[in-house]
Amino acid sequence: MKKIKYKPLKISSKYGILRIVIAILATFFILNFLINFGILSRYYSTILVFICVFIIMATSLNIATGFLGQLVLGHAGFMAIGAYTAALTAIALKEIITNDLLLFVISALAAVVTTAIAGLLVGTPALRLRGDYLGIMTLGFGEIVKVIITNLHITGGAQGLTGIPRIMTFPIAFWTTVIIVAIIYLFMNSRHGRAILSIREDEIASESVGINITKYKIIGFVLASLFGGVGGAMYAFQIGYLAPATFGFIKSVEIFVIVVLGGMGSLSGAIMAAIFLTYLPEALREFEKYRLLLYSILLITTMLFRPQGLMGTKEFSLTKALNKVIRSFVYVYNKFVSFFNKLFQKESEY
Amino acid sequence: MNVLEVENLSIMFGGLKAVDNFNIVVKKGELVGLIGPNGAGKTTIFNLLTGVYVPNEGSIKLNNVNIINVKPSQIVMLGSSRTFQNIRLFKNMTVLDNIKVAYHNEMDYGIFASIFKTKKFKDEEERANRVALELLRVFSLEAFSDEIAKNLPYGKQRKLEIARALATNSKLLLLDEPAAGMNPQETKELMETIRLIKDQFKVSILLIEHDMKLVMGICERIVVIDYGKIIAKGTPEEIRKNKNVIKAYLGE
Amino acid sequence: MNADLELFIRQLINGLNTGSIYALIAIGYTMVYGIIKLINFAHGEIMMFGAYFAFLFATTIPTDLPFLVIVIMAMVLAALMGVATEKIAYKRLRTAPRISALITAIGMSLFLQNLALLIFKPQPKVMPELISKKAIIIFGIGVPQITLYTIGISILMMIILSIFIKKTKAGKAMRAVSQDKDAAMLMGINVDGIISLTFAIGSALGALGGVFYSIAYTQVYPTMGVMPGLKAFIAAVFGGIGNVGGAMLGGYVIGIIETMTKGYISSRWADALVFGILILVLLFKPSGILGKNVKEKV
Repeated sequence: MKKIKYKPLKISSKYGILRIVIAILATFFILNFLINFGILSRYYSTILVFICVFIIMATSLNIATGFLGQLVLGHAGFMAIGAYTAALTAIALKEIITNDLLLFVISALAAVVTTAIAGLLVGTPALRLRGDYLGIMTLGFGEIVKVIITNLHITGGAQGLTGIPRIMTFPIAFWTTVIIVAIIYLFMNSRHGRAILSIREDEIASESVGINITKYKIIGFVLASLFGGVGGAMYAFQIGYLAPATFGFIKSVEIFVIVVLGGMGSLSGAIMAAIFLTYLPEALREFEKYRLLLYSILLITTMLFRPQGLMGTKEFSLTKALNKVIRSFVYVYNKFVSFFNKLFQKESEY
Repeated sequence: MNVLEVENLSIMFGGLKAVDNFNIVVKKGELVGLIGPNGAGKTTIFNLLTGVYVPNEGSIKLNNVNIINVKPSQIVMLGSSRTFQNIRLFKNMTVLDNIKVAYHNEMDYGIFASIFKTKKFKDEEERANRVALELLRVFSLEAFSDEIAKNLPYGKQRKLEIARALATNSKLLLLDEPAAGMNPQETKELMETIRLIKDQFKVSILLIEHDMKLVMGICERIVVIDYGKIIAKGTPEEIRKNKNVIKAYLGE
Repeated sequence: MNADLELFIRQLINGLNTGSIYALIAIGYTMVYGIIKLINFAHGEIMMFGAYFAFLFATTIPTDLPFLVIVIMAMVLAALMGVATEKIAYKRLRTAPRISALITAIGMSLFLQNLALLIFKPQPKVMPELISKKAIIIFGIGVPQITLYTIGISILMMIILSIFIKKTKAGKAMRAVSQDKDAAMLMGINVDGIISLTFAIGSALGALGGVFYSIAYTQVYPTMGVMPGLKAFIAAVFGGIGNVGGAMLGGYVIGIIETMTKGYISSRWADALVFGILILVLLFKPSGILGKNVKEKV
């Protein structure tokens, strides 16, 4: 038998964007169909919305932690600010605005404004700090947000906020997510994106070629915050009820684990990890009490054995993935062939 | 107008005067060498000239503009750029992107344009791409343009760092031990490269080096410092014969 | 004695009590940071396990062991636990980017917390009164025995530690490793051993703090290390992270501020104030009171 020689597949990238657009549309129509015709129950459509929420939370955190390379441990704080702002806006306007989509858009915009301001206020002093200290500072910020929400009357305090119109639907969630991820991707593929990446790579070198690192650190941080706010808004409109305890350090860690697992600096990695880590707890409902234990073990083992996570700093490439599959098949086949040949050789020796 | 004018520059760290009354003038198109034993304060001077440290005394004028207390990124826009003793590339970015980052301030489009991919965005990116590849061509690196920077061999990494510094369109280049870790052949190539960029890009160069062959070979003028103070100034011939310099390097 | 003065002195003593506990825990943070530049998020959990070890020795062993024995055994176990976490999780990451080690530390902290939750169950358990809470009258003021023991033993431990660091060979080695690990290795110092020793001492002291804390508050529960750990960390940062004297100073300052705020203003504000101190220190003097500003070499 003859061995096969491995030749890498080369898929033309000319129609790359078209292929991605078709893939996104196909995913939407298939899932939407399944939901509308009851094949996927309400339970699953809820999970899909949560997956969208966490895709937004993870890709937004990725801007600050993955692309900018800054340790941000309080991202749930921005989720909270966005959630509460959107909720309160919607509660105030729900009598006036009857169109659900319009209500969501206006509330989400309000969330963007408040979260962006918060990001600016926190980021400007905090980003002067180095690594560990910045992490502690952002962790403190997250806790302070929780304390403030707990002690404010308007947010319903520790008991939580009820009466939020449950206007979230799968289409709204899906397309909001697509828009946000697209914006992040397009932004990173520009001189501004390169400036941000250069800060992660080597801050001092970045400054030495003329990049205003303070300006770009703040831009990155504020973008991360405001998209995180949109994620929070989406969450609020899905659940219909908000409690400050939801948005503590544990939530920040959950989002952080998604980013680490997916690869700090990879959008596709964050998306895949978000899908996996949001679906998994649902699938393993009986193991709820082991969830955080497993998360922590996952975090530790990832950092020890594969710190670059699933995708590292690269994006998922269909060509590369297919080539890996083909290469493994060829490898296995060739091993089989040599074994087979050895067998025949031995027989012919008699 | 002189590209660089430094007068009476001093800085103290704790109780130690790391740089003491340093003066230098670099004219347009000059290639000046800054040499001295290890720990003499050469890189400290570079850090002062690039805004990383703020001096205790003295003045620094870049193209007649005072740059003390000016942010390092702004000093680059005023016309000077540098390389580092231990190469500081953007390791996980491609060779081409390393150059493009340095070209950042020569481009002009905002965040809105990036997201909506306007015509301005496309034009500016195409121009940047062209200019970056041109630059890489000068350094014989264009074949590696899509390679990740950290995968480059050492000598090419050094060249890339110099190319990146040039991409900022600065008129004053501060090279910190560019020949460090190079064998004689690579050093010879480096000397050629430096001569080439001086002629082709019309830049002034201030160079820290330990490799005497390189220094004596290409520098028009040399300043020697020891313990933060200038101990000699002159042409390579004069420096070679200077008793103080010999004492500083070889001891009494 | 004047009632106001008595209240003040009482609060001061409480502050010294809390401060002693914070100082003991803060020392662990600062020593580990000083030697491998890592914020050991899991240190609060070591403190918690120290308390649980003491609880187990006090309640499960049929004979009545003396306080000293229980405490020493708890400290030894905690020291082993600290060394184990270093060997399992942190050692491999010594050359990795700092962010990786930090993430691992966060993971370790979560892991230990949830491990304790699974093993011991979330319900708090009652810590036996290994040292009586009965008051002894000193200068007309009643001071609980446990408070006297806490403050006394803590100060004794800190003095012993200071002498150890200054005078012994191992102490000198620790200082050398924290200044320049590679140079220390070239001098023939067993860097791995010194790092393990640092973790052992820090964990043991943290466990001691945990024991005192649990006797004073009568409870052990899996998340008991979170708040005191955080506050002790703030104390270490306040005093200058990496500086052992700073950790001791910071512990007492934070402890006294917290107690005074609780006593004279309100409990709710006490936590916010301590967090506020952290933010202020980070913004205006990140190197802490006794710390030095170290510029990164370019």
